[in-house]
Amino acid sequence: MTSEVADPVEAAAISPAADAGFLQRYGGTIEYLLIPGAALVGALGVFGIFVAVFGKSPLDLYFYMYQGAFGTWFSWQNTLTRAAPLILTALCTALPAQLGMVIIGGEGALLIGALAATGAALAMQWAPPLVVQLAMAAAGMIGGGLWIALSGGLRQYRGVNETISSLLLVYIGLAILNHLVEGPMRDPASLNKPSTREIGAANMIGSIPGTDVHWGLAFGIVAAIASYILIYHTVFGFAARVAGGNIRAARIVGLGVGKLIMTICFLAGASAGLAGMVEVAAVQGRTNANLAAGYGFTGILVAFLARQNPLAIIPVAILLGGISASGGLLQRRLGLPDASVQVLQGIIFVFVLASDAVYGRIGFLKGKS
Amino acid sequence: MDFGRISRRHLLQGGAALTLGTALGARSALAADTTIGFIYVGSRDDYGYNQAHAAGAAALKKLPGLKVVEEEKVPETDAVEKTMESMINLDGATLLFPTSFGYYNPHMIKMANKFPKLRFEHCGGLWSDKDPKNAGSYFGYIDEAQYISGIVAGYSTKSGKLGFVAAKPIPQVLRNINAFTLGAKLANPKATTQVIFTGDWSMPVKEAEATNSLIDQGVDVLTCHVDGPKTMVENAARRGAMVCGYHVNQSPLAPKAYLTGAEWNWEALYPKFVKMIAAGESIPNFYRGGLKEEIVKVSPYGEAVSAEARKAADDIKAKLTAGTYTIFKGPIVDNKGKTVIAAGTDRAQKDPELEKMDYLVEGVIGATS
Repeated sequence: MTSEVADPVEAAAISPAADAGFLQRYGGTIEYLLIPGAALVGALGVFGIFVAVFGKSPLDLYFYMYQGAFGTWFSWQNTLTRAAPLILTALCTALPAQLGMVIIGGEGALLIGALAATGAALAMQWAPPLVVQLAMAAAGMIGGGLWIALSGGLRQYRGVNETISSLLLVYIGLAILNHLVEGPMRDPASLNKPSTREIGAANMIGSIPGTDVHWGLAFGIVAAIASYILIYHTVFGFAARVAGGNIRAARIVGLGVGKLIMTICFLAGASAGLAGMVEVAAVQGRTNANLAAGYGFTGILVAFLARQNPLAIIPVAILLGGISASGGLLQRRLGLPDASVQVLQGIIFVFVLASDAVYGRIGFLKGKS
Repeated sequence: MDFGRISRRHLLQGGAALTLGTALGARSALAADTTIGFIYVGSRDDYGYNQAHAAGAAALKKLPGLKVVEEEKVPETDAVEKTMESMINLDGATLLFPTSFGYYNPHMIKMANKFPKLRFEHCGGLWSDKDPKNAGSYFGYIDEAQYISGIVAGYSTKSGKLGFVAAKPIPQVLRNINAFTLGAKLANPKATTQVIFTGDWSMPVKEAEATNSLIDQGVDVLTCHVDGPKTMVENAARRGAMVCGYHVNQSPLAPKAYLTGAEWNWEALYPKFVKMIAAGESIPNFYRGGLKEEIVKVSPYGEAVSAEARKAADDIKAKLTAGTYTIFKGPIVDNKGKTVIAAGTDRAQKDPELEKMDYLVEGVIGATS
């Protein structure tokens, strides 16, 4: 994230002191760490009061949250497993956001990606596992990519609001999945849980060695870093941000806005589609209605909490994964209902959104004497 | 599992878990502080599927020396694997009841292989010889209770039109619709059952629409097979129709409209399981039963049920409980005119053909696809 510092020559001239220079150079970065951190602490504080109202000790709450999410090696794996799909689905919202688009249909791209990946695996049962896995990844990314590109195309060429269209496409995607799973692609042996045939144990991609965490986490981190480089360190990314800042200005200077929209939407969908492929190839082993677990929707929350910054998505996804992992312990030890975790997520969301108002207003971070 | 990072208290618990696991593996009696984990796919107080299991868990809580931990709203993804592991690692659970159908394969199978000394009991799955020996599946022939509901409904209807709000056209659901209809025809040979499939297990809006639409078509007694019958029961009662419940007793929701209902009897089965373990017996890996085995039961009759209906229903119930009555007795014709069970063929409770049911009997208005 670039900070809004004055140009270095001027900075050196007016504030020779090392401290001020440091703040001028890194004040923005510190701000981006400090403000969300404070928002998080505030949200946890309010949630503690909420829990105290129900007669539970907030200190127990914080202890169990820490223990359930990060307290043991098992808890870490639990957290990371839950975070893995969220990084990929969050990118589905964060990438189009660079163009000023609000895409909330990652769930649909995930489902279509999972279907495409399953279809590829079932069609290629003769091939060696590595080939099948690569084909599944490619099919998942193309399937998901085209799905979100459809929203981008509707926006660019038909003027349809991409938020609405991407959301509605989720339901169409789910209907297609249910139709195929209960009809043409159904394994006749799946009696009470309509499912496709299994892709085969040999074609599963397994876990990251030494852990229980599947490869979706590694794919997500690589994709998030690649997205960050693409957006902030390439000409393409610069053009995207210009278009996102002012689309008319971008057109006037001759940027191919249509091409930008279609490419970014494809990449966004491909990311969610890859999440779908991983769910099939690392977790479920086949496609059925279990895949619609809401990862696409939680991804929207992650993207907004990360302020649409691809790098920030990684820690935010881990944080939400941790909240979800510790939710179980809160239910079991404190007897809180599952909804209390949603209350916490809601409080965090409100705090982070409200904290937007504070950016640029913390005097001591501006390096002014 | 890395014990080095766990606090001393949990180290002790973990140690206790290992000891207990060994003890269970050696089939000795239950130790004084056995922990049992229950996992639900929906909320514990849904007046339906999950509440029925929670009632079973509550029955275990009353037994001395047992600790029950529960987690609700756990999706059928790797989240449930992590929940099981968390109950094992952090709570020391040695017996687990993941109660939703989609938890079975691959999730519970994976955990049963990973923790061979612990016991896993699944509701609804079809355990086979290929599955781990420490895993088991149990289920009830609730169609017997639906048959009784059908008899009561057949006597109570004035229009001769019954309604069935169903989730998906899968064998378990079709069997309930068929049993309900056959029961109703026993009382009123001209009775028909109009069925509406909502497409998923928990779709309150569609369930309400289906209920209203059925009543608009002249239906005056309704029942259902969805996860939470609350929506159907309350809406039907508000419209002046009568209802037969499902999963648990919903008469508190509609005291006047409630005729009877098909209920699970997990509060009888779960203590039985625990006693079997304590006595050193092994629970059969494939465990099934109906009214006779006290796995299902029929709700007490509501005030609107006539003496004639009570007598007819009690008569059949006594025969079913004695094990001398067959519901699916040929000849049975489906609603397309095809003979599905030939004359002279008795398909008794445990007949595997019934587990593959893919038809609706004569008298049902609706289609399986």
